[in-house]
Amino acid sequence: MTATTTTADATTSAAPEAVPVKRSAAMIASIADPGVPTTSAPFGHALAALGERDQRVVGLTADLSKYTDMHVFAAAHPERYFEMGMAEQLMVGAAAGMAAVGLVPFATTYSVFATRRAYDFLCLDAAEPRLNVNIVAALPGLTTGYGPSHQATEDVAILRGMPDLTIFDPADAVDVEAIVPAAAAIEGPTYTRLLRGQVPRILDRYDYTFEVGKAKVVRPGDDAVIVSSGLMTMRALLAADTLSADHGVELSVVHCATLKPFDEATVVAQLDTDRPAFTAENHTVVGGLFETVAGALVRRGIAKQVNPIGLPDEFLDAGALPTLHDKYGLSTQSLVDRVLGALR
Amino acid sequence: MTTVEQTRTTIERERHARVAEAAYEIRMGVLEQGEAQGEGYVGQALGIADVLAAVYCDKLRHRADDPEWEGRDRFLLSIGHYALASYAALAAAGVIPREELQTYAADGSRLPMSGMKSYTPGMEISGGSLGHGLGQAVGMALGLRLQGREGQLVYNLLSDGELNEGSTWEAAMSASHWQLGNLVALVDLNGLQADGRTDDVLRLEPQEERWASFGWDVQRVDGNDLEAVLAALDHVTETGAAQGVPKVILCDTRLAKGVPVLEAKDKLHFLRVAAEEWPIAKEQLTAGHREAQS
Repeated sequence: MTATTTTADATTSAAPEAVPVKRSAAMIASIADPGVPTTSAPFGHALAALGERDQRVVGLTADLSKYTDMHVFAAAHPERYFEMGMAEQLMVGAAAGMAAVGLVPFATTYSVFATRRAYDFLCLDAAEPRLNVNIVAALPGLTTGYGPSHQATEDVAILRGMPDLTIFDPADAVDVEAIVPAAAAIEGPTYTRLLRGQVPRILDRYDYTFEVGKAKVVRPGDDAVIVSSGLMTMRALLAADTLSADHGVELSVVHCATLKPFDEATVVAQLDTDRPAFTAENHTVVGGLFETVAGALVRRGIAKQVNPIGLPDEFLDAGALPTLHDKYGLSTQSLVDRVLGALR
Repeated sequence: MTTVEQTRTTIERERHARVAEAAYEIRMGVLEQGEAQGEGYVGQALGIADVLAAVYCDKLRHRADDPEWEGRDRFLLSIGHYALASYAALAAAGVIPREELQTYAADGSRLPMSGMKSYTPGMEISGGSLGHGLGQAVGMALGLRLQGREGQLVYNLLSDGELNEGSTWEAAMSASHWQLGNLVALVDLNGLQADGRTDDVLRLEPQEERWASFGWDVQRVDGNDLEAVLAALDHVTETGAAQGVPKVILCDTRLAKGVPVLEAKDKLHFLRVAAEEWPIAKEQLTAGHREAQS
């Protein structure tokens, strides 16, 4: 094709047909499914409560206090709140400095900035000296329709190789509230994939308690098993309800609120059965929960097919979050369909 | 001259002589470590020796037998490759045994080539990746102030090459925003970085104006003039945290200062020195020191 014809094509091509606009809710969108109760800003309230009990607790943010629920702590403990500006490298380094003089910092930003931008600072300022620096990062995985600049689809893949870092992927408000004091009690650094705003609350329907480094069988089931983390545990539990009620299929849900250190023993024991098996993560299938599980199985010499449910290895579309969760297979209905498909 | 003035002059003279002796000890320690490896960042370490002597052997509040003492001032070495200078200073200040310098960069040593908190008593941070020190210093200064310990100063020694890193300027902005009068930046301006002269790699001047525009109290001194360095540090400790302004001392230093045989070399960023040259280097150092003292 010559340059001339290209120009001609461009000038003669028709404008795209008008399509109805679906409201995208831009940066912040709800992840709550219909009928699931929510708790407002569980992280901010849990941190404020921890701050009441422990004077060493300080809060930092990089110009995102309102969008990471840090504003709740800021209002409760203004003297221990530090707005560091839009300077993530500084924020993480300063948090390490504060930990080095005996404080217990919690620092918030978006996951993309904490991982892509401030990695070297978390690694060398906090992890290498094993300081109690707690990074709490909003918009993990696909929790905004804003596009690749804000979609942290690979945050766990970036961080999993960092020695001495504990990584949490809470499912709901129950997890978030438990993780805050647990993170403060860990001597070294932590990274939490924050769910913020109106956060679904579902784990209190089950016999479940959060424990650092432990995977939990939240819901037993004989027909299929899903190992999940983060908001995908909420989706898996909702899918399990639908599968049971509408299809007579009992799905076991194994929740990994701690991605590192990973509870290989519990997960492998649950997978080493005849049930069709899945992993479900709000993250690219590269370098996250699926590959963590695969490594655990291979290390033990267990040949077991595991079907990964997660985001594709590509830059994702911008758009409305529910549309994107449908498109990329993270919605509750997608999980139901995947499980039924494997059982057919 | 009154008796009081005479006494003051005598005290100052003694202080100067003591710090000059420490600088000589630090330089000799640097050469011993360099000789043990046959190479290293010896030029920078010799250049910064006077500043380190003034800090470690005159200004820094610390306890040699208790490096983790809570009431200490903090000295953060963000330029990890200057570690041999810090080790020699820690030896001169009595924090580590002088004989240990012989283990520099050896397998199993507490003194790795790049300075790290997890290896060495008295090292406050793990440096090496440049542009990290000043941000951590901001956090320490904020943290100490929050705990009512603003009287404890936080020093960060950084290099001119490190001024290439954007994170250094994030921290510089933050320090004045938070009015961190307990924060002191010492910048080694030796004019050389890995790829060449700093002027050619990424222009840094005008340094005084840049720091001043970021809201810092700025002094620029000849970093190899002990009297000037001590006077600049005196200004820093006399004002202390009171005015709420972070302070920077820009120190122009000469690479390999005090050892003519090394000063004359071309590749001063990372020196490789023949085995037979080390004894000459030490003799020159000692001769120069004796001459200055006489």
